[in-house]
Amino acid sequence: MGPQARVYNECPCKKPIFDGVLKGEKMPINKIYKTCDKAVANVFDGSTIMIGGFGSFGGLPINLLVALAKQGAKDLTIIANQGGVGFELSKRIKPDGYEDIGILYAKRQVKKFIGSVPALGGMPPTSPLEKLHNEGKVEIEMVPQGTLAERIRAGAGGLGGFYTPTGVGTRVEIGKEKKVINGKEYLLELPLTADFALIKAHKADTLGNLVYRGTARCFNPIMAMAAKVTIVEVDQLVQLGELDPEAVVTPHLFVSRIVEVRR
Amino acid sequence: MKWRLDEQTIALRAAKEFEDGMVINLGYGMPAACANFIPEGRTVFFQSENGILGYGPLGVDEEKDYELINASDQPVTPLPGMCFFDSAISFDMIRGGHIDMVILGAYQVSERGDLANWGRPGRPATGMGGGMDLAVGTKKLMVMMLHTTKEGNARIVKQCTFPLTAKNCVSKIFTDLAVMDITQQGVLLREVTPGWTVEEVQAVTEPRLIIAEDLKEIEL
Repeated sequence: MGPQARVYNECPCKKPIFDGVLKGEKMPINKIYKTCDKAVANVFDGSTIMIGGFGSFGGLPINLLVALAKQGAKDLTIIANQGGVGFELSKRIKPDGYEDIGILYAKRQVKKFIGSVPALGGMPPTSPLEKLHNEGKVEIEMVPQGTLAERIRAGAGGLGGFYTPTGVGTRVEIGKEKKVINGKEYLLELPLTADFALIKAHKADTLGNLVYRGTARCFNPIMAMAAKVTIVEVDQLVQLGELDPEAVVTPHLFVSRIVEVRR
Repeated sequence: MKWRLDEQTIALRAAKEFEDGMVINLGYGMPAACANFIPEGRTVFFQSENGILGYGPLGVDEEKDYELINASDQPVTPLPGMCFFDSAISFDMIRGGHIDMVILGAYQVSERGDLANWGRPGRPATGMGGGMDLAVGTKKLMVMMLHTTKEGNARIVKQCTFPLTAKNCVSKIFTDLAVMDITQQGVLLREVTPGWTVEEVQAVTEPRLIIAEDLKEIEL
């Protein structure tokens, strides 16, 4: 992370409207977890889990993923934009490599993946998910990226679904209700929710208000809203009053657990 | 082997279509390079589906900030006025018709403008990403691709055999050999790469080409 780019998430206001009057008051709930291991400890077998980010290094809750792999919950349904490339192929993205969702397939924790890019066409067919899928060991539900985002938003907002023009005339329309609205064809798409969301934010205050940094935002804010338990990994935990309320992207009521992993 | 345009040069030619004030999304792979070739004197705004509007030219890998990238995972440079947003808002922009121009890569384009750009034989796990939403939502969809496969087969075909991204969506194609429009009548050949004849381009194109009255060599 370059020091220059870090500026982009800082509050532009010189004088915050909210001046921290709650400082020192007792927290109604303690959401702060000391370690990622503790934060994911009760993820159960068969859970549906949303994983934030776009797919590559920025925006992925990497430390939570590593903890989940260690924790070992099985038969998971993973909802994420990309399926993960695994540590070996990740070196093509970041020279020293990094862990991604690929770490969950290594121990065969995943039974189904839902997302828009299970494997990247520009990479060799050796990602953990692509290999297991080709062997018939992991099911994939392929969802156009905009439809994925909207299904998550629909789930977050308590909607029963929506009609989208995306996918009409392609294999995406198979098995879906089609409707003509104002002379145009649309497909019915249904909401997505999850038991857990593992997300990454830049800063959280101790209540769980979140701000993001740059393009690491992407799927994180909508997934934060669509799960029963949202667990966030942040670069920095700050005191109440330190975040500009005008700049908060995810309001704290969506956040259940916070782990600070200083980067 | 006859000389063909390289990818950077195709990007340079495609970027000549940018008009002042346009909001433009550049697809995964080859099209991303167009960000470096904005015609002089014009201002455009690049949107990328991972949640960024108004980035500058591509950055360099050595200084890559992994939280300032485009959807092709390339570093981009910040510009004043740049902004970030989540994926749902990003696709509101895309699906909702707020993007003026999209340039995508492709495996195949049909003579009716059907696009196939995400799946190919032997790779059932590769996904469509945002391509389907981009194809249905933009005001103008252009494709940038190599004219033939590695084996020399046509990519501009009568009917796509690879899985579709969207039907009847492409309006213009830039390749290493030609610039073509998709029209009601079929594929209109407008420009050819210097050194190539119409017959030679036709030989590697499946549908019968309509030749523009003002056919010319590709100018950069």
